[in-house]
This record gives sequence, C-alpha cells and structure tokens, in this order.
Amino acid sequence: MKRISVLLCSGSACQSSGALAVKQALVQAIAQHDLGEEIQVVETGCMGPCELGPILLVYPDGTYYIRVKPADVEEIVVEHFLKGRPVRRLLWSAPAPEPRTIPFFARQKKIVLENCGQIDPEKVEEYIAVGGYEALAKVLTQMTPEEVIAEITRSGLRGRGGAGFPTGKKWEAVRTAKGNPKYVICNADEGDPGAFMDRAILEGDPHSVLEGMAIAAYAVGAEKGYIYVRAEYPLAVKRLEVAIAQARKLGLLGPRIFETPFSFDIELRIGAGAFVCGEETALIASIEGKRGEPRPRPPYPATSGLFGKPTLINNVETFANVRHIILRGADWFSQIGTNTSKGTKVFALAGQVKNTGLVEVPMGITLRELIFDVGGGVPEGREFKAVQIGGPSGGCLPASLLDVPIDYESLKQYGAIMGSGGVIVLDNTSCMVNVAKFFLEFTADESCGKCVPCRVGLRMMLAILEKITRGEGGEDDLVRLEELGRIIQSTALCGLGQTAPNPVLSTLRYFHEEYLAHIRDKACPAAVCPNLIYYEILADLCRACDLCRRACPTGAIQGKPRNPPYHIMQERCIRCGACAEACPFGAVVKRPGRKG
Amino acid sequence: MISLTIDGVRVQAEEGETVLQAAKRAGIRIPTLCHLEGLSPRGACRLCLVEVRNWGGRLVPSCATPVQEGMEIVANSPRLRELRRTILEMIFAERNHICAFCVSNGHCELQDLAMELGMDHVRFPYRWPLLPLDLSHEKYGIDHNRCVLCGRCVRACAEVEGAMTWGFSGRGIFTLVEADLGDPWGKSKTCTGCGKCVQACPTGALFEKGKATSEQMKRPEIILEVTERRPRA
Repeated sequence: MKRISVLLCSGSACQSSGALAVKQALVQAIAQHDLGEEIQVVETGCMGPCELGPILLVYPDGTYYIRVKPADVEEIVVEHFLKGRPVRRLLWSAPAPEPRTIPFFARQKKIVLENCGQIDPEKVEEYIAVGGYEALAKVLTQMTPEEVIAEITRSGLRGRGGAGFPTGKKWEAVRTAKGNPKYVICNADEGDPGAFMDRAILEGDPHSVLEGMAIAAYAVGAEKGYIYVRAEYPLAVKRLEVAIAQARKLGLLGPRIFETPFSFDIELRIGAGAFVCGEETALIASIEGKRGEPRPRPPYPATSGLFGKPTLINNVETFANVRHIILRGADWFSQIGTNTSKGTKVFALAGQVKNTGLVEVPMGITLRELIFDVGGGVPEGREFKAVQIGGPSGGCLPASLLDVPIDYESLKQYGAIMGSGGVIVLDNTSCMVNVAKFFLEFTADESCGKCVPCRVGLRMMLAILEKITRGEGGEDDLVRLEELGRIIQSTALCGLGQTAPNPVLSTLRYFHEEYLAHIRDKACPAAVCPNLIYYEILADLCRACDLCRRACPTGAIQGKPRNPPYHIMQERCIRCGACAEACPFGAVVKRPGRKG
Repeated sequence: MISLTIDGVRVQAEEGETVLQAAKRAGIRIPTLCHLEGLSPRGACRLCLVEVRNWGGRLVPSCATPVQEGMEIVANSPRLRELRRTILEMIFAERNHICAFCVSNGHCELQDLAMELGMDHVRFPYRWPLLPLDLSHEKYGIDHNRCVLCGRCVRACAEVEGAMTWGFSGRGIFTLVEADLGDPWGKSKTCTGCGKCVQACPTGALFEKGKATSEQMKRPEIILEVTERRPRA
C-alpha cells in the first residue's frame, strides 16, 4: 500500500489538454525526490469535468487539482506530497476528503461511470479489485439464462443508444429466435456531434462493457460478439484491445469461462467514418463487409441480423449497466429514475455551459437541474436561450421547458429525444435558424443515399434554410419546411432520416418568431447570419486609431487617423467581422438587420 | 397460410411472402420503382409504402415487408397517394428527368409512375447537377443524370449475372452507380457485357448505343425469366 495515490485523468479530452506531459513530469519529480516507494501515479479514464483538464485526484485526502501544467508538478510534489500543504491556487474547491461536495458531483449518481476516473483501465486486476467479473461469475454459476433475462426485464433497463427499447424484451426476442449461431454486438459507433459518453466508458472502464456483453451472450445463447467502434476513437480502440487480451489471458473470455460450458469471445470491428453505421442494420451490413446502408425492418436483427442470424445489438452504456443490475438486483435499479425510465443516463454537456464534460444523473432530473445545478449554468453575462438535446436527431427546447423531466417519453413529447445523450446549451449569441441548419447540414451530409426522402428531401429542406438565412425566404417557405419535415419523418427508411427533421421542426415550434424575423424583417436577432446583420462604428467610442480600416479586406471603412469617427460604407462591407476584431475599444458593433 | 387484409380485402398469403406479393395476387395495385421481380428487395424508393393500421399506422415498404398474421394494410388512400407523389417529385427534382430529350421517353417506369400518380408539376426547385455520361462501353452507355439510384442494375449484376460490376460510390446526394472501382464502364474487367443491367434499369440511365428512342424498349421481366430458368440450389 502506497502512502499517496495520484489519479491522473487520461481520457481523450485530458490527453489533448496535456495530461501525458503532466504524467511525465510527475513521474520525474517523484523519482527526483525519491518518493517512488511511497507514491503511485495511476492513469485513469474520464473523471467528468473535461473543461478543467488535465485533472489530478490525490488520495487519500481526495484533493482535486485542475488545469495542471507540467510546470506545476514540482510545487505539488514538494508542497503537498512532502509537506502536506495542498497547492491552493490549483484546487478546484476547498480541500475536502470527499470530492462529492463539489456541486458538479453532488447531483450526480454514478453507476455506469462508477469506475471511470477511479481505476486504471489498462489493468484488469484493478477492475477485478472493485468487483469486476463478479456479476459474470454469479450469472454463470447461479443463474439460468431465463433468470438473467427476467432480472434485466424487471429492472426496467431501456436501450441507451437513443430509442429506449426495453433491453429485457430485446434479449428475450433473441433468445427465443430460431437460428444458430447467434451473435452479440456492441454498438460503439458514437457519432453525434458533441456526444462522447460511450468513448469515456470504453476508455475508462472497458471491462464493464466486455462483462455486460458476456452476460448478454449467456442470456441469449451466443458464443461470439463484436464491438463496432469508430476509428476516430483510437484510445478507446487501444484500451479495448488491451482489455480483450487481458480478459482472454485470465479465461474471462474464450472457451469454458469459469470452467462452465459457456464460451464467448469478442472481436473488434473498426468503423470507417460513416455516421449512418450507428444505425443497427447499417452497422451489421458494415461488419459483414458490405456498404454501410440500413435495410428495412422487419425483419429485426433479433430474428435476422448479422449473417442472417439472430443478433442482439445494444449500445455501450446499456451493456455497462448490466453488471450493476445483476449484482445489486433489479429492485435496486428500478428504484432509480421515473415510472417508465429507470436508472441513470450519462450526458455529455457542451456548448455555453460552465462545467462542460461528462455527467451521470438519475432519470427524471429536470433539464434545469442538469444544466444549472450540475452544469453550473451559462457563463456570466450570457443568457440561456435553448438546449439542444439528443444530437442531430434531437430537438431544441426553450427556457420555458427547462422544468421538463429527462425521461424518454417527456423529451419525445416536446419534440426532442433522449438520443445518445448529447446536451448542447445555447445562449443568446446562437441563432436558432442557424443551429437548425447546422444539424441538417450534418444529417444531409451523412445520409447514405439509399432512400429518396432522406437523400433528396433533406437537401430540399437545407436549401430552404439556406434561403432563409440569406434573407431570401418567404413565409410560405416555413409551411413547406414543416410539410417536408413531416413527410421525411414518416417515410424515410431508417432512424437517421426519420429523426433528421427534428432540429428544424422543434425550432420552428419554439422559435417561430426568430424565423419570421429572418423573413419579414431581414434581420437575424442573434446577429449570426452574415446576410442579415450590419456593422456600425459607435462615434463616441471611436478613437480613429485606423486599425479597423487596415483590417478591412474590402476597403469599406472610411476615416482619417486621429480624426474620429470612422465610418463603414455598407455597400462595400462583406460583414466578415475583421474590423470588430481589430478594434481595441469595442467601437465596432454587430447589429441585427440590414442598413443601406 | 397467413391471412391479412389489404384495403379491406381479406388476403391469404404463404409465410415468407411480402405484402406486395400478396397484394398483387389480390389484384391490388401498389406503385413500385426500385422493386423488380427476381431481385432481392431493397425498400429504397419508398413509393410502395403502405400503412399498417395495427402497427400504429406505421408506414412500411410493401416490397420488403414479410406478411404477418392479422396485418391490416392500407395500400391506397389519399394520404398515401400524396406521400407517393411528393416522393416522386423529389426524384424528379433530384437530377435531370426531362422526358422530351430522353431515350426512354414513352417507355419509362418513372414517367409511367408520374402519370399514374397524377404528378403534373414539381413543387421543389430542380437541382440539375450536370453529371457525367459514360459512353466508354462498346454496346451500352450510362447517363447518371437520368439515374434514380434504385439499384436494380447493381442487384441484377450481382444476383443474376454474378459479375458484381456495379456498385454505389459516394453517399447521400452524391451517390453514383459506378463500375468496378470507379473505372470507365468500357475498361471494366468484370463486366461481361450481358446487358441485364440495361434491361433492369427503369429509366433512361442505362441504354443501348445506336438505338433510337422507339427501339429502346426494355424488358425488365427477363430478370425473372432468367432466375426462374436457373436450377434451384
């Protein structure tokens, strides 16, 4: 037992803010002070507050250090580790032995993320030390497959990939389906912009996913599993490879697990970068080596999936829940959450919110609690405008709906979806028409091109939105937009197309005025759409320093040095904003509407 | 036997049959485009969508949906007609379907569908993307501007001829049917020149060289004839 354990968050976010350099400095400093015997440094998965990285968590006193730079390390080692005085300027909050007092953690309930940030994901021993593979052992030695499915069904667990299909029911369907062999697939093709829950789980606790898959395989009668993970997650791929190799070595994967007749092995499949491959039938086609295109359902993968065989396909987070349900029981799990949505959900908080990062909250928590209590609200001086939930398939909800509880049904009722759990907070600097356009551009680009409504219809919607943001839209365009959206929703082949109109339909519903401002007043109220804004130089602030005139690429600014005010010739201005950026006095301002 | 109702008519069907097959036998017309007898179902054009009343009114492609006991199907209704027409308009707006200048004018499935569904104008702006024309093959040509991406050529080539020359490249609105790895058709090492793709093509995208419009009559039914003559495995 070491005197001090230093947990260093080495998820992708912290790595990109320099966690590995911090680790190197830390190891060096510890060696220099000859503390190698007393202090251990552990690389862990994501701790959550990605905005504050790189993060160190020091045990036993539970001190959080944030935004640590290699240069800070010497001070931490000398002051804290040798003299016992935490370095105050790097602390997240007052030193406290229990980190949960930090507001960011206080409202969270970590089940799936329990081990993320606590154990070294590349050491199976650490996973086993916190109860890993105990659930698999229990299932294989004490439960029948039917009992496992009954337990999962009773827990009320629903698919965390977005649609929320009851997991137990899906397992039951695969178990009773005719055909052999059967397959288990883990969908780790997480592609929503701003969503990184699955990545964090795979990077921080890969064995929990392997264990969940093995339990599922036992329950449905499969011997072979695939994890389909996107190539853009190199660290997750690496940690999965390490985890699978370690599990095989210990006999936790492979033939005759725990010396029972049950055998199960897992293979990795790396995605080639198509968003649509997160759709289950497209994902299956991709594993089969075909073009990643969805196909009509029924037949569902449960009866005819991979290579035409019964296939269970669940999301990373769904599998990561399984072992907790087996160990602590369905009753414990179903206490958490609401009537129809049980357990917790991991959300990736992004956008204009103070604590961006990864959080896990019980279902039924309101959007307000998620964004303001856990997320810390919007930064000072900004005003909350909307929350985009559910990624490109989701919708934008306004401030008046902040008290909506987060569960599958409530979100759907208001035009958003749970989705995989991306939450993007928007403030008054975001134009909702532009936000809708952004998401539609994404889905139109990612459409596979198989079915007509998605391939052509989304382009038609996008063209209308472009017209509106250019200031050329008419009010009939809004009717056309809504009509097209409804048609695509009901006629597209797969989930991508069926949900792609959601961002447009939800903004049309809640931010109709903003669309009308673009059309009637030719003004973008948030001053975002370049064709519907103008720049102006405030006479009383202008000091005639000439910087704006020099920055302007089109020579649209008139004025003589030391002879204020300067003036913008609107007919030459291309509204690039270079003058506003150049002005040191804040005299150049952006205004909605057109002038001149 | 499975029994279901289509537009109120009680229909008997064998297990494994599709809703489209059952409807056809009952004499109920459902418009199709990407479907072709003898090829695997694709469910891509969405023209054969029908409403399943007892699945909460869900729309499913009849060409790819197996019959199930007790299904209550609406195959023709004002709503479905409107949806089908809108989808057809999308197809017409996507590329270039000006019939007067097309080799398939007068015997084109797309044109027939437009007449059947009463599509007298297109409410969307035409895209007219100006796609290439590949005339490198000695017998046939492909005009991507006329292509509706139904994939009948791709399936005929793979499933009936077994050559697998055709495939899709790109995605979304930029999807193209291409020979081999994007080679000119004439340079293809896999193409046998059998012409099944041309016969399967519902529009003027694939055509025979040196034939006038009136001679370009296609025989998509040969795909089924060929597959039926083949000894069953």
